[in-house]
Amino acid sequence: MARKTPGLNTGAMSDISFLLLAFFLMVSNINTDMGIARKLPPPLPEDAEAPDVRERNIFVVLVNKDDRLLYNNEYGRIEDLKDRAKEFLGNPNNLPNLPEKVATDIPLLGTVDVSKGVISLRNDRGTSYDMYLQVQNELTAAIKEMRDDLSTARFGKKFADLTEQQREAVEQAIPVAISEAEPTKIGGK
Amino acid sequence: MARFTGKKAKSTPELNMGSMSDIIFMLLFFFMVITTMRESSLYVKIIPPQGSEVTKLEKKSLVSYINVGVPLPDQQKKYGTEPRIQLNDQIAEVSDIIQFCELERSARPEADRPFITTAIKADKQVRMGMVSDIKQELRQAGALKIFYNASKGGKK
Repeated sequence: MARKTPGLNTGAMSDISFLLLAFFLMVSNINTDMGIARKLPPPLPEDAEAPDVRERNIFVVLVNKDDRLLYNNEYGRIEDLKDRAKEFLGNPNNLPNLPEKVATDIPLLGTVDVSKGVISLRNDRGTSYDMYLQVQNELTAAIKEMRDDLSTARFGKKFADLTEQQREAVEQAIPVAISEAEPTKIGGK
Repeated sequence: MARFTGKKAKSTPELNMGSMSDIIFMLLFFFMVITTMRESSLYVKIIPPQGSEVTKLEKKSLVSYINVGVPLPDQQKKYGTEPRIQLNDQIAEVSDIIQFCELERSARPEADRPFITTAIKADKQVRMGMVSDIKQELRQAGALKIFYNASKGGKK
C-alpha cells in the first residue's frame, strides 16, 4: 500500500539559519585596515659607522615635541612638505644644491637618472603620532605623485594600473628614500 | 459533483519552506567567507590618525597587530592612564614584543614567514617615544615589514 510521507515542517529550519546568520553578522567585521606601509632597516651592528652622504643629497626634516617642523634648518609648514620633497627628490633643473643623479639601466625604462637624495626624518620622543603620520603621509604623497608622473610619461597609465614588471621598474627609478634617525629625547616619555 | 464537495474544510495550502532555509544558508556561508572574526577585544582606546595616502592592508592572515593607546576607562584602575601596549589579549611591556614576534612567526607556515606584516595601531595622541621603542624592538626581532594604521580622510 503506497503511503504518502507527510511533509516535514521546515519552517523552523530557516529560523535557525537566520539565527546563525545574525550571529556571524555580529561577531565579524568587514572593515579593511587602512594605513601606510613602511619597511624598517635591519638592525645595525654595534660598531657600524654612519655612511658618508654628501650634504646636497640629504633633506633633513625635524619634528619637535610641539609638532613643529624644520626643513634643512628653516621653519616649515606641513602643507609645503610634499612640494619640497618632490622638488628635492626630482631636482628638475639639476641645481647644484639639490641631490646628484646617477644614470642607471632599468629594464623597460632604459637609462634613467635615479636621484641619490635621501630624506632624513627625525622626530622627538614627544612628537605626537598624529603629526608623525601626517609627515609620513605627505612624503608618501610626494613619492606617489612622482611615480605617477613617470608612469604616465612612459607607459601612459597611472602607477597603480601598471603591470608587475612595470611597477618594479618605476619603483627602482623612484625608490622610497626615507631614512629615520633615532629620536631625540628632549620631550621625554 | 462529489469532486467539489470534499469532506475537508477548505484551507490555504501549506507553503513549502524547505528552500527558504537553503537561501538563508547561502547567505550565511557568503558572510562567513567574506568576513574575518573580530580579534581579541581591545583594552585600549584607539582613534587612528587620518591620512590621504592610505592603502589597504593585504593578506590579513599574515598580519600581527600591536595596539597602542590609553587604557579604556573601565581598565584604568588596573593599567593606569598612561598609553600602554596591547598584544593579542593582554596588556604588555615593550620588552615583550620580541617574544610576541617569535610566537606570531612560529604560528605561521614556514613559507609565509617572510611576508608577515606587523601593523601598529596607535592612538593619535600617543607620543613617538613609545612608537620608536616599539620600532626598535621590531628591528631587533627581525619583523621589518610594518604598517602604520590610519583611517582614510583628507586632512588638508
